[in-house]
Parts: sequence; structure tokens; C-alpha cells
Amino acid sequence: MRRREFLKGAAAAAGIGMAKPAIAQGSTEISFYYPVAVGGPITKLIDTLAADFEKENPSIKVKPIYAGTYQETIVKALTAHKSGNPPTTSVLLSTDMFTLIDEDAVVPIDDFIKTDADKKWLDSFFPAFMLNSQTGGKTWGAPFQRSTVVLYWNKDLFKEAGLDPEKAPANWAEQVTFAQKLTKSDSSGATQWGIQVPSSGFPYWLFQGFTTQAGGILMNADGNRTFYDKPEIVEGLSYWVELSRKHKVHPTGIVEWGTTPKDFFEKKTAMMWTTTGNLTNVRNNAKFPFGVAMLPAGKRRGSPTGGGNFYISKKAPRAQQEAAFQFIRWVTTPERAAQWCVDTGYVAVRPDAFETAALKKYVADFPPAAVARDQLPFAVAELSTHENQRVTKALNDGLQAALTGTKSPEQAMRDSQAEAERILSRYR
Amino acid sequence: MHRFSSTIHGWLLLLPAMALLVLFTHWPALATLIDSFYSTPRQRRAPVFVGLENYRVIVDDPVFWQALSNNLWFALGTIPVSIGLALLMALWVNDRIAGRTIVRMAYFTPTVLPMIAVANIWLFFYTPQYGLLAQVLSAFGGSSQNWLGSKDTALICVTIVAIWKEAGFFMIFYLAALQQIPPNLGEAAALEGASRLYFFRRVQFPLLMPTTLFVLVNAVINAFRMVDHIIVMTRGGPDNATSLLLFRVYELGFSFWDTALAAAMTVVLLVGLALLALGQYVFLEKRIHYR
Repeated sequence: MRRREFLKGAAAAAGIGMAKPAIAQGSTEISFYYPVAVGGPITKLIDTLAADFEKENPSIKVKPIYAGTYQETIVKALTAHKSGNPPTTSVLLSTDMFTLIDEDAVVPIDDFIKTDADKKWLDSFFPAFMLNSQTGGKTWGAPFQRSTVVLYWNKDLFKEAGLDPEKAPANWAEQVTFAQKLTKSDSSGATQWGIQVPSSGFPYWLFQGFTTQAGGILMNADGNRTFYDKPEIVEGLSYWVELSRKHKVHPTGIVEWGTTPKDFFEKKTAMMWTTTGNLTNVRNNAKFPFGVAMLPAGKRRGSPTGGGNFYISKKAPRAQQEAAFQFIRWVTTPERAAQWCVDTGYVAVRPDAFETAALKKYVADFPPAAVARDQLPFAVAELSTHENQRVTKALNDGLQAALTGTKSPEQAMRDSQAEAERILSRYR
Repeated sequence: MHRFSSTIHGWLLLLPAMALLVLFTHWPALATLIDSFYSTPRQRRAPVFVGLENYRVIVDDPVFWQALSNNLWFALGTIPVSIGLALLMALWVNDRIAGRTIVRMAYFTPTVLPMIAVANIWLFFYTPQYGLLAQVLSAFGGSSQNWLGSKDTALICVTIVAIWKEAGFFMIFYLAALQQIPPNLGEAAALEGASRLYFFRRVQFPLLMPTTLFVLVNAVINAFRMVDHIIVMTRGGPDNATSLLLFRVYELGFSFWDTALAAAMTVVLLVGLALLALGQYVFLEKRIHYR
């Protein structure tokens, strides 16, 4: 009991961002699964964060465990959960929320909210990021490394094509006419595409850009119903398919997610849709001036959010859960959220982070960094339902069938909806 | 007394290997079989006995049939071609040719590389526009193809990667077997004036049959076991065009967390493979000359 009070005290101290606790009694070790697709800088950043936290909170030891990609990390976390010995906390996709709830693997963050300062902290995130973190009146995850889809364009190629290099397409019609001017071909086919929207692996995420812009939504907030066959959704898919099949400004078939930035660097495409998480990558590797813009508007602007949240494991001992909560609060203070944004290119998860000196300076030097923030008011929750991966795959299969030309958009979405309906009917 | 103690002795010697085998092979296989008759446990809902329900779901699942047909085509593509290629390469590097060691090494290299690395290399080969294949084709005036991104070509592409990876490995077995063939057979054949083809057909190939059986069994197992490159290159896409059975098992088990269905699917795969292996031994055994 005394420890918990002590921790509460530490919470207040950490919240204000000053004062070390006078006494360090015993030590609580928390394990922390962290997904990292490529080693190197990000692991170093996390190690530094953990070390700094330990310095300020000597009674808590943080043990980061790099667990591979997001997919590998959730496999490991859930396997550990089933064996009864899960990590105290993990960063997993925000969309895995329903899966984690269904597996009874996580506790709501609300359980740890006790003071007004805690409440203020919970309310401090961008509302767009909370859409995938809350359901049934509870908060299950704390936003950490979040992203959204933006449009990158090559200013040199815009100039070459006689377009204003400082102006990105603002709507669907412009996106097509710009792309038509930017597409070049010779006898062997296109040598330079106007635009590329990746469709391998998780096409649903980029597709959500099109559907939101067409005015549609993909699922309800309870995560037990999808609307794949609604006219707006089909309209979004038709637009995407027509980019390649009708206007011939986009490669046919499936566009690989991983090589799309490379295609952009090699000037094989003049515009691309990809995550803000690629910002630092593009900044370091593009040998030409480039711009970053919000996705063009259809009936409205729109993009899904994406990325990872902090979750706290249900089966971890209470003392460790409390310690993990302290760590999460500490990592998401405005200053650290700002630094994380500067170091990685992820969107800082709370508005006041953009008021910090570090981020103000960064945005002044590199205005594209603010585009993702400006787009957040138009952002919607990423597709997430019960049995998420299965329901999502139903959509992915339909999208790929339409993009490869084996089904019409209407047929593809009807089939996807039927499959999703079959899976979700038992959750109502 | 003596006999009793030697029996104990024998069992004791067997014990470590036996324990490992039971713990990591027999028990999981049995547990999988049992699990396949129960429902997937979900949130405080304990698994219940459902009989053959999981198997019925599999039979009704179009993706299962597609994965099965993909897998059969994949097997039909990889097995004969990689064995034929392995035999051809082995015959060639068995002769006294210049730079024999280097050629042998070159053939064996793909086998040494990890599959994940191989898949990443081939991902570059297949990249549209500036990938190796696209560059070679465009030099000859061909048009750029989206090899992995089209339903018509994706399966062939991943099949070729498997052949490339596998042939060198089988070559080593053929090479070893070829070197076991006594040289006097070759000399006798030469004296009799047998042509090279005749010598291969009537002497070498029959003597290689035990190796061929071994390689064939391995090739069949590999055809149902190799999925690493699928995960790297296509993740089963586009629209399940490259989904293989084992990949589907992984997807059901670790993406969808439907462990009962994954268990049932594993049993289907296991039974299929066991039947195949049995068939190979029963039917081919008779036609093999062991020395």
C-alpha cells in the first residue's frame, strides 16, 4: 500500500516534470515490448528514454525488448499473455485494440487515472488519435508513435511538366489532371508515373484515404459492423482503379509499399501517398526539392490515422502496471512528444507539443513537419473491428482483386462485405 | 540378467533423444490433433468440443481451396524442375572441367543464403521499371511488367525463387552419389563403346535412384514447407494468388488468432504429407536398385 502511495507521489512529481523522489524503496522492473522494423537509431532513442526515466525514477527499472515488426510484436505479446507471463507494457498497433480486448489481454488506462493531473493528461491528446484508443466508454491505449497518410511530390518534375512546383493537387480532379501531365512514356510503356498509391500488405489503410474523401465510413465505433459495399466506398475504389485503368497515370496491378519511396527517389513517380513516418527517410534520400501536402479532397478532405499505442497487460502485477503507467505518462509529456516527433518523423501526439521550443524550431526549419498536424482535424479512425486482422483481410482481398482487374469495384466490395458480415455477426 | 541390463542400457542411451522427440514433435502433433476438435478459446469462453466443425469450416473456405491449388501448382513447378536441374548441374560439375570448384560453389551459394535474404534480393529483381528483370527486358525492347503485383505472374515468380534456392542443395546429394559410382563401370562402358547418353540411362541413373528417392521426398516436403519468401515478397497476395497451405496456417493461427482452425488445417496438411511420403516409399521402393 505504501508503495502505491509513493508511486502516486512520483506521478505528481513526474507530471510537473521536476523533483526527484527522496526515498527509493525497493525497485519495480517493468518489461516493455517495442516493435522496430529496422534496427539502429530508433532502438537507441528508446534506450535513452528508458535510461533517462530510470534516472528520474530510481525505484523503477525499464527493460525495453525489441520484438520485431508490429505483427511479430503482437504475436509475441499475445503468446506471452497466454503463457501467463506477459510484458508489463507494449507498443502495439492502435487497431489491435479490439483483438487485445477480445483476448482479455489488456487493462483500460482509466484504471490508473486518479488525480486531476492524470485526467488532464488523458485529455491532452489530439482527439483524432483517441478514436482508435477508446471504445465502450473506456480508454485502452495511450497514443505514442502515430502517423497519417500524406502526399509527397517532386517539385522538379512539377516544373518540368509546366505545373506550379509549390502547389500540390487540392482535389480529386486536380490529382488526375496533374498526374496526366506528369506521366511520361516511351515504346516500352510508362517511364514516369504521375502518382503511386501503394497497395501491397495493407491496402485498406491508404484506401481509407479515398473512402473518407468520398464521404464514406468503413465501420462503426463498436467495431462490430462494416460498410464495405456502401456507394461512397465503391466510389472511392472506382477512383483508385480508374487512376490506372482509365487515366493510365498510376501503375497497374499491386504497387509495393516498401519500394514506393524508392520509386519516388528514382523519379519513377512524381507523386506518392505514404505515411508521415517516411518524412525523415524522404528528407535524407530525395536528391531534389520535394513538397508534402494533405491528401487531395473529394467531397471532403480525409485520411486515416495509424501507428502504435501503449497498452498495459492485464496479467502483470499491479505494482508493475502502476510503474508502467508512470513511464507512459513520462514519455508522453509535451517536451518528449516533441523530441520524439523531431527524431522520428511521427506526429507529436498532443497539440501542446507543437508549442514547445524544440518543435517550433523544427517546424520553422522544415514546414512539411506540420502538414500531418494540420490534417488531423480531417482524420478518421483507422479501420479496426473485432477479429480485426480477419475483417481487414476481407477488405484487402477485395481491394487487390479490383486493382488487379479480376473483379469490378462493386463486385469486390460486395464480396468483402459478405465475408466481413459472416465474421462479425456473432459480435452483435 | 545380462540381457536385462543391456536392455536398460539401450533405453538409457535412447532416452535423451526420445525425450526431445516426444516433447517437441510427438506431443505437439497430438495436441494439435486434439485441439482441432475444439473451438477456439475466446475471452473467458473456454474451448468446447465441436467435433468435425473446424474441418467443415475449412472445406467451406474458398481461400483454403485456392491455397491448396496454389500449393499443388507450386509443387508441380518446383519438384521436377529443381530435381532435373540438380541432376544436370551435378553431372556437369562431376566432370573434370576448368574451375570446377568455383562452379560448384556458385551452384551451392543460393542454398547457403537465408531465405529472407534471398527473397529480398529477388524482390529487387522483380521490381517494375528499374528492377534487374525490367532493365534486361527493356534493353531488348520488352515492356515493363508488374511481376509480383499481377495475379497471373505472382505465383510463377515465387516458384522460380524456390527452384533457384533449392536446386543447388539437391545437387550436392547427386554429386556425392555420382562420386560413389565405381569408375570401372565407366571404363567398361567406354570399352563396349556405349554412348554417354546410353551410359547415363542404363548405368548412372539407375544407380542414382536411391538418391533420387531421398531428394524427391525432400523436395515434396519443401514444396509444402517453404513460406518465408511468401511472407517477404507478397504476403499471400495479390488477392490470395500466392497463398500456400502453410502460409494460410500461419495466417489463421497468428494473424486471426483462430487457433482451433489453424490446428485443424495443420492436421489436414500433416495427413496429406504423410500419405504422400508413404506413397512415395511404397510405389517407388520397388523400382529402386540398392547395391
